Amino acid sequence: MSQPDEKKAFGLLAEFETPKALYLACEKVRDAGYKKWDAHSPFPVHGLDKAMGLKPSVLPWIVAVMAVIGGVGGFFLQVWINVSAYPQVISAKPYVSWPAFVPVTFELTVLLSAFGAVFGMFGLNKLPQLYHSLFESDRFARVTDDKFFISIEADDPQFGTQATKELLSQAGAVHIEEVQS
Amino acid sequence: MDNTIDPEVGRAPLVLGGESFHSVTETVCAPVEWKETPKAWWAVLFLSSLLLGVLGVSIGYLFWEGVGIWGLSQPVSWAWDITNFVFWVGIGHAGTLISAILFLFRQKWRTSVNRFAEAMTIFAVMCAGIYPAIHVGRVWLLYWVFPLPNQMDAWPNFRSPLLWDVFAVSTYLTVSALFWYVGLVPDLATLRDRAKGKIQKIAYGIASLGWRGSNRHWQHYEKAYLILAGLSTPLVLSVHTIVSFDFAVSQLPGWHTTIFPPYFVAGAIFSGFAMVINLMIIARWLFKLENLVTMRHFENMAKVILLTGSIVGYAYAMEFFVAWYSNNPYELFAFVNRMTGPYWWAYWSMVVCNVVIPQLFWFKKVRTSLFWLFVISVFVNIGMWFERFVIIVTSLHRDFLPSSWMYFRPTIWDISTFLGTWGVFFFMFCLFVRFLPMVAISEVKGVMPEASPHHDDKEGAHA
Repeated sequence: MSQPDEKKAFGLLAEFETPKALYLACEKVRDAGYKKWDAHSPFPVHGLDKAMGLKPSVLPWIVAVMAVIGGVGGFFLQVWINVSAYPQVISAKPYVSWPAFVPVTFELTVLLSAFGAVFGMFGLNKLPQLYHSLFESDRFARVTDDKFFISIEADDPQFGTQATKELLSQAGAVHIEEVQS
Repeated sequence: MDNTIDPEVGRAPLVLGGESFHSVTETVCAPVEWKETPKAWWAVLFLSSLLLGVLGVSIGYLFWEGVGIWGLSQPVSWAWDITNFVFWVGIGHAGTLISAILFLFRQKWRTSVNRFAEAMTIFAVMCAGIYPAIHVGRVWLLYWVFPLPNQMDAWPNFRSPLLWDVFAVSTYLTVSALFWYVGLVPDLATLRDRAKGKIQKIAYGIASLGWRGSNRHWQHYEKAYLILAGLSTPLVLSVHTIVSFDFAVSQLPGWHTTIFPPYFVAGAIFSGFAMVINLMIIARWLFKLENLVTMRHFENMAKVILLTGSIVGYAYAMEFFVAWYSNNPYELFAFVNRMTGPYWWAYWSMVVCNVVIPQLFWFKKVRTSLFWLFVISVFVNIGMWFERFVIIVTSLHRDFLPSSWMYFRPTIWDISTFLGTWGVFFFMFCLFVRFLPMVAISEVKGVMPEASPHHDDKEGAHA
């Protein structure tokens, strides 16, 4: 930053009263061609992904990879232990008595898949991120209560303070503010 | 308003009393934001801390002296320790059923009770985990159950159901805790945004990871939630299946039966729902959650108890039938001995509590009366404790050699350890209701009719 004192604009934050207003506004912002923007709501609003034009989440693929690692790794851990590391004959069963290995294989598949789902989700969301410019707005505190917001970043090539403000107010925003970063 | 009957068109509301998004936040956050903690909370915390102390002393003495302080001997070398383990794990299962299986079945009423039930799961599994850890005798060698490289070059026996149990229960605890935490993050953000004090702001701020309700986040979040529900469903079924393998894979008459896995899972859900009802009736009254946790919720849970109780009753009958039909004298003896032997009182307590009393739930008047819901649920919990006791002790106490038969009696240390785990359970619950939102705020808002983006549409409204 060349001038550390000067505050840089993060973008605009528009407030909406209902999920319906948010939904309709998202469609307008999407159709206007914005890319670096987001909707914020106290709960996931049904169909908002489509209204925002988001691609499907890649999370299932992360989970699938983790499931394979857990399953294959879990099974061969047991095979390796029973065949090579510590071979013992128990109940006259072969070393690789695979039916006995099913429960642990299953549990490790589930365990690693769950790690993939949870930590993959946080990773894709870039969380934890304890500070965000939007937290500078006092009104934004109600996003976890009963208000709905759209934020459009100043970095978006489409962004122009006046034009974007107009778009948002036409889309039904009840309050629009500029957020500094 | 009675929301136990669906209207002729559409569905009965899940949230009553004309609550708005904001009032839901207020209702749920109220106990967390109390200016003054009520005396009742301190009283429960104090009592559970006492029991926690009892547990500490019991375990300390156990480590000093060994498992001989319990009433164990040969042939009953396994009694209250494993009874209580199965009892607590079973209670946990209702939480996962509500959070995962009902989620997959799109049972939206679950949203008011799932946070509470999941908390119960985690605390119950914590209580359960104590028993296998302390009953191994040489507790300092407990790490042998994990596949860790060690100086003896020895590895665990992966053909043993007891080892499967280690993996099942620890996976269950881990996944349940993760699932619970993922659900908590948006609600912790609500508490963060409402926090007044500095400590609260920092604590809830860190715990909520900087959640800002972003829809780009919700998208991955909802997918993760769905996947976790999909993973937890087979997981919860596998856990009690594997717990039942502890018995079914052995060759003891009374244990060696293929009916055990489904019968144990049904019993677990049965006892867990009873515990949810008991705790929820108290919490709903103390924390004024009547609009969120309605009679419909209780009625639905009573129906699950009726179903699973009947499955359990069927299993008791089928076990006995197969023992007779198998023509195996040892098997038949084990079951006749259960009913008419020295532990007849335990067997018949179990049958009355688990099979007979829950049948009262056929009556709607009983299903919708908080008093009867509470009383019957207490009976179910007692009955399910007896079920595990009966299965374990009556199968062991008269083995193949009549000269070694014995009558197991618990010692004071058996009883104190069991009471102590109730201390753990209630202590954790006290902290939970005081510091965390006990109803899933964002999920409840999501099932309210006004949450739909098509709420006011004239045509095609599907609230």
